[in-house]
Amino acid sequence: MSRVRGIAWYTVLLGLSLIFIAPLVWMLLTSIKTPGEATQLPPTVLPQDPTTEAYGTLFETGSQTPVLRWFLNSMLAATGQAVLVLIVASMAAYPLARMQFRGKNLFFGMILATLFVPIFTLIIPNFLIIDRLGWLDTLWALIVPGAASAFGVFFLRQFFESLPRELEEAAVLEGANAWQVFTKVILPLSKPGLATLALISFLSNWNDFIWPIYVLFSPESFTLPPGLGILQGAYTINYPVVMAGAAIASIPALLLFVLAQRYIIEGVSRSGLKG
Amino acid sequence: MTMLQEREQTEGGQVSPGMRRNASFTPYLFLLPYFLLFGTFMLAPAVYGLWISLHDWDYLLPGKPFVGLDNYQALFDPASAVYDFFWQSMQATGVFTALSVPLLLVAPLAVALLLNRSFPGRTFFRATYFAPYVLGVAVIGVLWRFLLDPNLGAVNALLGGSTPWTTDLPWAWFSLVGVTVWWTLGFNAVIYLAGLQDIPRELYEAARIDGGGKWAEFRHVTLPGLRPVLLFVVINTVLQAANMFGQSYLITQGAPGVETRTAIMYIAQTGLRDFKMGSAAAMSYLLTLALLAISLIIFRLFRTRD
Repeated sequence: MSRVRGIAWYTVLLGLSLIFIAPLVWMLLTSIKTPGEATQLPPTVLPQDPTTEAYGTLFETGSQTPVLRWFLNSMLAATGQAVLVLIVASMAAYPLARMQFRGKNLFFGMILATLFVPIFTLIIPNFLIIDRLGWLDTLWALIVPGAASAFGVFFLRQFFESLPRELEEAAVLEGANAWQVFTKVILPLSKPGLATLALISFLSNWNDFIWPIYVLFSPESFTLPPGLGILQGAYTINYPVVMAGAAIASIPALLLFVLAQRYIIEGVSRSGLKG
Repeated sequence: MTMLQEREQTEGGQVSPGMRRNASFTPYLFLLPYFLLFGTFMLAPAVYGLWISLHDWDYLLPGKPFVGLDNYQALFDPASAVYDFFWQSMQATGVFTALSVPLLLVAPLAVALLLNRSFPGRTFFRATYFAPYVLGVAVIGVLWRFLLDPNLGAVNALLGGSTPWTTDLPWAWFSLVGVTVWWTLGFNAVIYLAGLQDIPRELYEAARIDGGGKWAEFRHVTLPGLRPVLLFVVINTVLQAANMFGQSYLITQGAPGVETRTAIMYIAQTGLRDFKMGSAAAMSYLLTLALLAISLIIFRLFRTRD
């Protein structure tokens, strides 16, 4: 590439980066402005009088919008679901990847079909099922039903199929049963796949919006995404407070992304190729 | 058991290690925990929803009388109370899908082609384009509600003027589509990129020897090579668009009136705020059927092009 073309090339790439990143930077900068400066025209880019006032408002005790509580609820729900998905999806994926049994194709076809049925269409009956289980307005409603998603099973089945069979065969010759092969051979070999699935499950639960706004009612049982909707309504044009809430909801996700970028992007692109 | 083993040996060629020594119920025990969840939160609601849709199911009332297909009929009866709102919301979903899907098929492909070579900083650029996608719709929604605020937002400050991005048509559609493209472009781009990397180098070299230009190369090597990925991207993008909820809920709140209220928004409102669950369940089924039909058509289109 010639020098001029090289410069033009990087200008295009940087311009695109700016489009994707600038709004996120704007969110962070606004969260440390005063309410007046945040809505001043023309707007300032860097805060002239940086303040943590907005964060202070959010973390005030006894507030109608207990953001710290929402943060903890989000952490609990997302971690809980990631753990549950790892357990049930890895157990289900193992026989689908490695065993022959009656009904395998039927079972596989059934969960395959659910990938084409948008989960939102089940929202009414699932609400009633959650109600019967007594889980409305509790974190159980956020942790358990989502773990029925077929994604994890597909993802791990594909990962297990890519593992070499020799170690399993050796373990069987030494007298290991299926459970021992699974826990002592398959799972240790699958750490990258399990980590990727845990990350993706955590993030999708952390970000979930439609389901929590309908199954949670009391402010203290909210997670961050429905909480942000409340903040937007409660603080209307006090944008630093709303942006501080958005920043609190973004930072763990962005941090995970920066630390485990390769796992997340490769996990996502692999899931797409599965088509 | 013996029959299965024989079949396995003839079909699979080799006996898998776990198979020989396992009792016949072993695979089912492994599947059991997942199947309990799948049965309770996927299969049961699919059937239960159908049952609900055949009743006048008001969550707050003790009686839930059986009404047959009345809930479905009402959706097709212009004189019924739900007809206008339901089709208005279906139309909103349709407009959003028609506007956003083409952009989300083409723009990410351009970005993927841009990234499909090795150069310093490639991983960094890929990560920045993907970054918005790791955030949830709630963050995206409140952030863009602020940026697009007609009076106080950064977008109008940057462009000058006072375009009503969130409160009037057609601007509200531009906002919803633009924000969605910004948010999810990285996802499709990453999938395209993985597909591009699976196309064998030799095919490009052969095309170069044949002397076609860049365009010929794109048409005869790149596009056919992307086909398997493309099918997934098309279906997934259409389904995601048809399920749009959070952007409208937080950015336009359906504004100006109910023009940008999507089908999912109306279904959730009817079933879970007004508690008319029978009617809402019937709407869900109609929407699901429409989406299944569209998925099938897309499958067919990809097959007949073979």
